[in-house]
Amino acid sequence: MNLEVVVFGVMFVLALGCSIAMLFAPNAVHVALFLVGAQMALALAFLLQGAFFVAAIQVIVYAGAIMVLFLFVIMLLGIDLREALVEPLSGQRGVALLLGLLLAVGLVFVAIEGVQLAAGGADGAEALTDLNRDPGNVLALARSLFSKYLLPFEVTSVLLVVAIVGVMVLARRLTAVELDRPFFAQMRSETDHERAKNEESDAKEGVA
Amino acid sequence: MSVDPGYYLVLAGLMFTIGVVGVLTRRNAIVIFMFVELMLNAVNLIFVTFARQHGTIDGQVLVFFVLVVAAAEVVVGLAIISLIFRHRVSSNVDEINLLKR
Repeated sequence: MNLEVVVFGVMFVLALGCSIAMLFAPNAVHVALFLVGAQMALALAFLLQGAFFVAAIQVIVYAGAIMVLFLFVIMLLGIDLREALVEPLSGQRGVALLLGLLLAVGLVFVAIEGVQLAAGGADGAEALTDLNRDPGNVLALARSLFSKYLLPFEVTSVLLVVAIVGVMVLARRLTAVELDRPFFAQMRSETDHERAKNEESDAKEGVA
Repeated sequence: MSVDPGYYLVLAGLMFTIGVVGVLTRRNAIVIFMFVELMLNAVNLIFVTFARQHGTIDGQVLVFFVLVVAAAEVVVGLAIISLIFRHRVSSNVDEINLLKR
């Protein structure tokens, strides 16, 4: 048996198993850990397909940085274990599963049928292997990124700056002077009004 | 003999489906975000698979852009979630219904 097939099998089971476990884990931290497992398995899939640099980035940025960010927020907010059992729309879960099944059937069908059509039946694995051997994976990526994709690359930096500024504005606490401005004063009075109304209706329900 | 690219696409399709079902069924906003990440990961796998199928490096370059967008989205999204949590003391998406009323 071919080694690549064995590694692929292990990767397939790991990735799919972790994803399915994500669906059924009640604890948000467990969901995050299963997601890390799935991402590690995907890094293996990238390695198998000759995307060495992308595999490394997947582990460092995704499984490392982004998931740490998730865990930080879970830590800050505390784990909400009481995930609502009441469905606001009746039968939502059943319908979601049914639609998911439909989507899975469609995607798998397209995956099996479409891959041959997309490349005209040709397998470019040889060409990619040559590319990975001659300039090397990282060098080929860098050449492509800094010539053909230079503009999107620069736009990406703009996106990052916008995200950073946005988060800084969102996350800071408002000063007392800012809270006194008409907009926030109105918002606060509306919230207070709403809270009073809720308490009133709660009290009524309690009586009834 | 190597593994047929179709099998990678099958895996990506199944993972994407699990992501969609998770977004539709789970209630916790952070957990929903994690399922969105799962979907983005599945799409990355498709990019890499087709990069190999076509024998070019472009698909792998696109994975970087997906990665950057995902990072930016997560940072902003989590900031919004923690802001909502500060106001409502809950990260349950069913209780965030201010626009409904």
